Amino acid sequence: MIDFVLTENDQKILDSVRAEALVCRKYARYYDEHEDEFAPDELEEAKDFPPTMSLFGNRKDDDTSVAIMSMLLSAGQCWGDYTVRMRRGSGGLGNAALRAAGTPEQVEKWGDTTLAMAITEPGCGSDPSQVQTTAVLDEATDEWVINGEKIFVTTGCRCDGVVVWATLDRAAGRAGIKSFVIEKGIPGFEVTHKEKKLGIRADDTAAMVFTDCRIPRSNLLGGKEEIPKASSGGFRGVMKTFNMTRPAVAAIGLGIAEAALDFTREHLKEAGFEVEYGGSLQSQPAVVQKFHELEGLYEAAMLTVMNAAWLSGEGKPNNVEASIAKAKGGSSVRQITQGCIEILGPMAVSREHLLEKWFRDVRITDIYEGTGQVQNLIIARNILEYDRTELK
Amino acid sequence: MISFGPNEEQEIVRDAMREFAEQALRTVGRECDESASVPDDLLQQVWELGLTATQIPEEYGGGGEDRSPITNILVLEELAYGDASLAAAAVTPSLFANAVLDYGTEEQKAQYLPLFTGEKFHAASLAMVEPGALFDVLNLRTKAEPKGDGFVLSGQKSFVPLGDRAQHFLVLAHNTAQDGFEGIEAFIVPRDTKGLTISEPEKNLGLKGLPTVGLTLDRVEVAAAERLGGEAGIDARRLVAASRTAIGAVLVGMSRAVLEYAIPYAKDREAFGEAIAKKQAIAFMLSDMRIEVDSMRWLVWKAASELEHGLDATRSAHLARVYCAREGMRIADNGVQVLGGHGFIREHPVEMWYRNARTLGVLEGSVTC
Repeated sequence: MIDFVLTENDQKILDSVRAEALVCRKYARYYDEHEDEFAPDELEEAKDFPPTMSLFGNRKDDDTSVAIMSMLLSAGQCWGDYTVRMRRGSGGLGNAALRAAGTPEQVEKWGDTTLAMAITEPGCGSDPSQVQTTAVLDEATDEWVINGEKIFVTTGCRCDGVVVWATLDRAAGRAGIKSFVIEKGIPGFEVTHKEKKLGIRADDTAAMVFTDCRIPRSNLLGGKEEIPKASSGGFRGVMKTFNMTRPAVAAIGLGIAEAALDFTREHLKEAGFEVEYGGSLQSQPAVVQKFHELEGLYEAAMLTVMNAAWLSGEGKPNNVEASIAKAKGGSSVRQITQGCIEILGPMAVSREHLLEKWFRDVRITDIYEGTGQVQNLIIARNILEYDRTELK
Repeated sequence: MISFGPNEEQEIVRDAMREFAEQALRTVGRECDESASVPDDLLQQVWELGLTATQIPEEYGGGGEDRSPITNILVLEELAYGDASLAAAAVTPSLFANAVLDYGTEEQKAQYLPLFTGEKFHAASLAMVEPGALFDVLNLRTKAEPKGDGFVLSGQKSFVPLGDRAQHFLVLAHNTAQDGFEGIEAFIVPRDTKGLTISEPEKNLGLKGLPTVGLTLDRVEVAAAERLGGEAGIDARRLVAASRTAIGAVLVGMSRAVLEYAIPYAKDREAFGEAIAKKQAIAFMLSDMRIEVDSMRWLVWKAASELEHGLDATRSAHLARVYCAREGMRIADNGVQVLGGHGFIREHPVEMWYRNARTLGVLEGSVTC
């Protein structure tokens, strides 16, 4: 059945997450201004909140699916703060790749470690088929020799190892790209610095260099050394893992955008503008009309996220819907936070408040996990029934 | 529970309406637009789908199905995909019937609902909109003053759908005693009431296939029994929210029509040696339309879900209407642009959708769910 009303059970979980998020928010400014530090995994003040998963103990049939709830939970946590988040889980993006593509032996070996994912390079982001980092097999020692530079690696500073995309043969294009597990401490692997960013400043984002870095032959993820001729099935398999991460990334941005909306509503009220919905749009003051527009964007984007998650939970394909959620979320959070500052005027750019921080924090939403333009390309190819040679 | 899955029955209804919209509405939409009229036999054909009668209880001769705003917006999207004017015409009797069903006294239900369960199309309408700039339902200029046991209605109405043939009007008026939604009352006014003047059909920019009229109420006396809901009155908040949600649904259907028309055109039309759809400048206009049609639809579904739960849907319905008005306009605008010169020519429906989008975006009270 079509339904958009949360159950009491759903609401209880979300209320708990938001109460904890508010505690975390107290530390948001500190870590924004101390970007060389890392936010703690635990806060003394927040230690009595129940672990998120324990809240899912008594689910009933008419409660919202876990797929959708996971989106609302991410949004709820980031409504508090992006960086100061409790129980983010120990796994990095590389762990998802390990589970999806690793051999049983590899999953056994690295399953309990935190693995980051290193794809982006200074010269290649949206088009990962252009990866320049090389992997050369030294048959004498049965080792791969890795050379190259990776940037924007999430959890790169604090992880135990990294799943690195490198090419066996640049001429083979995307077919030549393989994933390798490289553990910290191996000679030739250096984390050069933590990136200095516009927003989500204290978040762990690393740059790293590999110089004649030698790893065992068995560290090639999945173990398949041959380069497939034409098909890029393996590549597409990796891209498929984005079908839940893309809506999740949008949900995270939308949680921050909602914090901006709440702040703006409160201050509009203080200034004498109650946001109401009964009368016609034309009867409202300009700032309220603008606020309605931003609220509409938030609601619309969040609903596209929930739709992508719902499809995934039902086991239905959601490739296009995941891209829709990501594109809509990415553009909406930009407009919302920019618009909130526009509504409130000069007070909104003061660092006494968090609105200016939220404005900086959300900007990454439309870039990582595939830019808005990449999402539009995916959607356009789908609705036009074009492949990537027909619509470039 | 949040879920995007229509039930089996809704899927069947939706498929049937999609087929009807393509075969019976899209095919005559242009003709109705050009002649600014809707033929009686088409309304009769629509009537036989049972849109109004299905959700009227069996005791009044109806189908006895659950009253479902969600099913109704699914139907509206499909009908509007065929043609927005004709979708609005198709549900005009429901503007009256659903209000009686939702808010009427037992006597009012017994008297009026059977009119909508017969075999012949029964025209009745809702008079909400008023002439003059900045119409606001919370600031109605049509007044209802108490007189003896009854009321005297004075004022003017416009954009009253199917007013050229409606046998009964549900007239919204301000009771002057209270402000906001609580001050809104609805009165049943038969066509031949003394003091009621019905204008010639209005000449509008869009939705031309939906004939509309203006009403002048010159001290129209109505009995207390014709005040919808009696002493309790109506839940105007809910009535307005249902109308705003339904407007959104019509814009969703029409916007989907624009997208599905623009795609094959862009794949077929060549410029500079290839299909224009192969250029990102065009392809991204289309992907943007796809994103927004989804966004619009989910906002409408959310508002309809709140109505279905009996919750206050004021906020969701307002946000849905405003969002759909803005994005529906942008989609129709880009639809014209994708077709270029052909978008400006009346051989293609896109210019009609452009006019319809602007019209729908400022309307209230012309459809319901």
